[in-house]
Amino acid sequence: MTLEICRKYAPNKDNLIQILHEIQDTHPQHYISAAAVDIVAEYLHVPANHIYGVLTFYTMYSTTPRGRNIIRLCESPPCYIKGSDNILRRLKTVLGVGTGETTKDGAFTLELCACLGVCGNAPVMMINDDVYGDLTEEKVEEIVNKIRGAK
Amino acid sequence: MKYYRSHVLVSINETSLASGVQAFIAALRSELAKHNLSEEINILETGPLGFFGRGISLTVYPENVNYESVKIEDIPELVDEHFLKGRPVSRIMLDTTGKYSPKLNYENRIVLRNSGIIDPENIDEYIGAGGYEAWEKALTQMQPTEIIAEVKKSGLRGRGGAGFPAGVKWGFTAPIEAPQKYVVVNADEGEPGTFKDRLIMEGDPHQLLEGIMICARAVGATKAYIYIRGEYKLCISRLEKAINQAREYGILGTNIFESGFDLDIFIKIGAGAYVCGEETALIESLEGNRGNPRWKPPFPGVKGLWQAPSVVNNVETLANVPFIIAKGADEFIKHGTPECTGTKVYTILGDVAHPGLCEVDMGTTLRTIINEYAGGMKKGFRFKAALVGGAAGVILPDRLLDVKMDFVSLNQYAAVLGSGAILVMNEHQSIVDMLWSILRFFRHESCGKCAPCRNGTQHLYKLISKIRKGEGTMEDVELMQTIAETMFHTSFCALGQSPIMAIRSAIENFRDEFIEITKK
Ligand SMILES: Cc1cc2nc3c(=O)[nH]c(=O)nc-3n(C[C@H](O)[C@H](O)[C@H](O)COP(=O)(O)O)c2cc1C
Ligand code: SF4
Ligand code: FES
Repeated sequence: MTLEICRKYAPNKDNLIQILHEIQDTHPQHYISAAAVDIVAEYLHVPANHIYGVLTFYTMYSTTPRGRNIIRLCESPPCYIKGSDNILRRLKTVLGVGTGETTKDGAFTLELCACLGVCGNAPVMMINDDVYGDLTEEKVEEIVNKIRGAK
Repeated sequence: MKYYRSHVLVSINETSLASGVQAFIAALRSELAKHNLSEEINILETGPLGFFGRGISLTVYPENVNYESVKIEDIPELVDEHFLKGRPVSRIMLDTTGKYSPKLNYENRIVLRNSGIIDPENIDEYIGAGGYEAWEKALTQMQPTEIIAEVKKSGLRGRGGAGFPAGVKWGFTAPIEAPQKYVVVNADEGEPGTFKDRLIMEGDPHQLLEGIMICARAVGATKAYIYIRGEYKLCISRLEKAINQAREYGILGTNIFESGFDLDIFIKIGAGAYVCGEETALIESLEGNRGNPRWKPPFPGVKGLWQAPSVVNNVETLANVPFIIAKGADEFIKHGTPECTGTKVYTILGDVAHPGLCEVDMGTTLRTIINEYAGGMKKGFRFKAALVGGAAGVILPDRLLDVKMDFVSLNQYAAVLGSGAILVMNEHQSIVDMLWSILRFFRHESCGKCAPCRNGTQHLYKLISKIRKGEGTMEDVELMQTIAETMFHTSFCALGQSPIMAIRSAIENFRDEFIEITKK
């Protein structure tokens, strides 16, 4: 699987970031495993430690397994003054996890992030590729429950 | 060709998508079909409309009626009243004449002139609006030196923050002999509160491509990379479509317009790091590395991507170029001030009546932007401060609102115009809290390469946290300034040089608040 993804790209180092994105996005646990790193390292002819350097630099990557749904709540100033801290508190209670943690059933991982560029709707969060704006404490609870129920 | 009685323009952008615009359009179509109006009323999906509005926004032509925050529940009334009986539904209409109304000023737009008017996913509409004329002119009727001369004459300054004259930058790269040169487009837009580049790309992606093409021709680059943040999914897909259409039309590719010039444009996606907006960090990231900035000089224009000469420009900067080439620099300099020509796109957030975007002449005062274009403060709120330029910007009180918004005037306040983000705070919001949030941002985004910024951002965050809890003293407040000043002088890149802006302006302009909170 990993190798198939690699082969879509020319074996040049500048494709590393795109390859890692695709590996992570197609993995049900949204992360990049040590095994995957080795395959990519061999394919691109770069040392594995270079890849770890990249993985740990960028906030969108994870080297540990995460939930099926990644919640990324924006904590930058425009969202903060619109109450993102209250949203965070509510998310923590609703999910029963702290930031950076995954729920026991593997459904959600809660993360914080910097400005998502949708500040017109602050406070804002993304769940996987979808943006949710104008959040209220009630609204986030509803959103989480809806995703839970849909499963 | 089919003729419709009315056209309904629906804005598809991240905001409206978050509000469920796809389901809305489906519901609107079926309601129209129910009334046999499908052949009379045309629904067009377009980019951000001239006004912002929360949620789903529509414009109906030929009446030119704007609706904002429309909900699925409003559809039956909308169809019944407006489309059947010709009576616009005033309840959800955007009032453009009242006290709290935003000014729309379509006349004065350069960068956003097509946004919300054409279908951004259709190259023919862009061409129909005069698109790619400038590219053809630049390629077949102008020498590279003439293009650069025209851009220099226009006075166009970079819109990514620092305001460096674009023509001068191109002039450095153009004469260098090299086997390969690049144009690199900075679409990483990470400054909190900023999303103007997103709106420009969502609303009119071809205009950006045309600007890139002209730049490439001017400096002799045959490859261009757009570095765009991973979260901007809609921009990415619209740009991909636009590039493919341009290739199909032979506007991109080899031997374009029989001129012998080759050019291709590629999209590269970021992975979430604010510092990658810094041009040398961006280049590192493009090469597949950690986004740590490089030492300058050499500047990217001399040694950039893979050590080849590379022009790095912001999205908005390049989006201005087609206008300059098509209409001429003289037309461009009619906008703005002598030192800062043209227009600027702002995003206005916070407790104003109409948060959103506007494109106004450079030099328009902050007061005018807030009071006229954003409709003033939201009912029941009083102005306290504006954070201008994002986290790397300054916090200004009411008495400084008459500052002209251009690179020169704000420079006098020891700041840069920055990204064009204006965040308005109301009287109940705390400056100390705001500063805390800003410093938390910097602590997180420091790339860790150099000690002053790596350690300094940690210290600043600790100090402001202590002050915010009411456990700090005025010495701590002064210490923050000293640390930030030291960082300003010793940091490797502009990120570590930035926190002083917010800190100094907060303490200078809102000293009482710091005195109050430290005296407990
Ligand atoms: C920390 C940091 C973040 C930056 N982020 C951006 C950004 O998101 N977009 C941008 O165009 N320029 C950004 N810049 C400025 C770029 O380094 C560079 O000046 C700009 O892309 C040049 O283009 P221009 O001359 O067209 O403005 C940033 C600079 C720093 C130091
Ligand atoms: S100033 Fe900060 S962001 Fe810039 S190189 Fe130093 S540590 Fe990295
Ligand atoms: S500040 Fe939260 S999306 Fe921009």
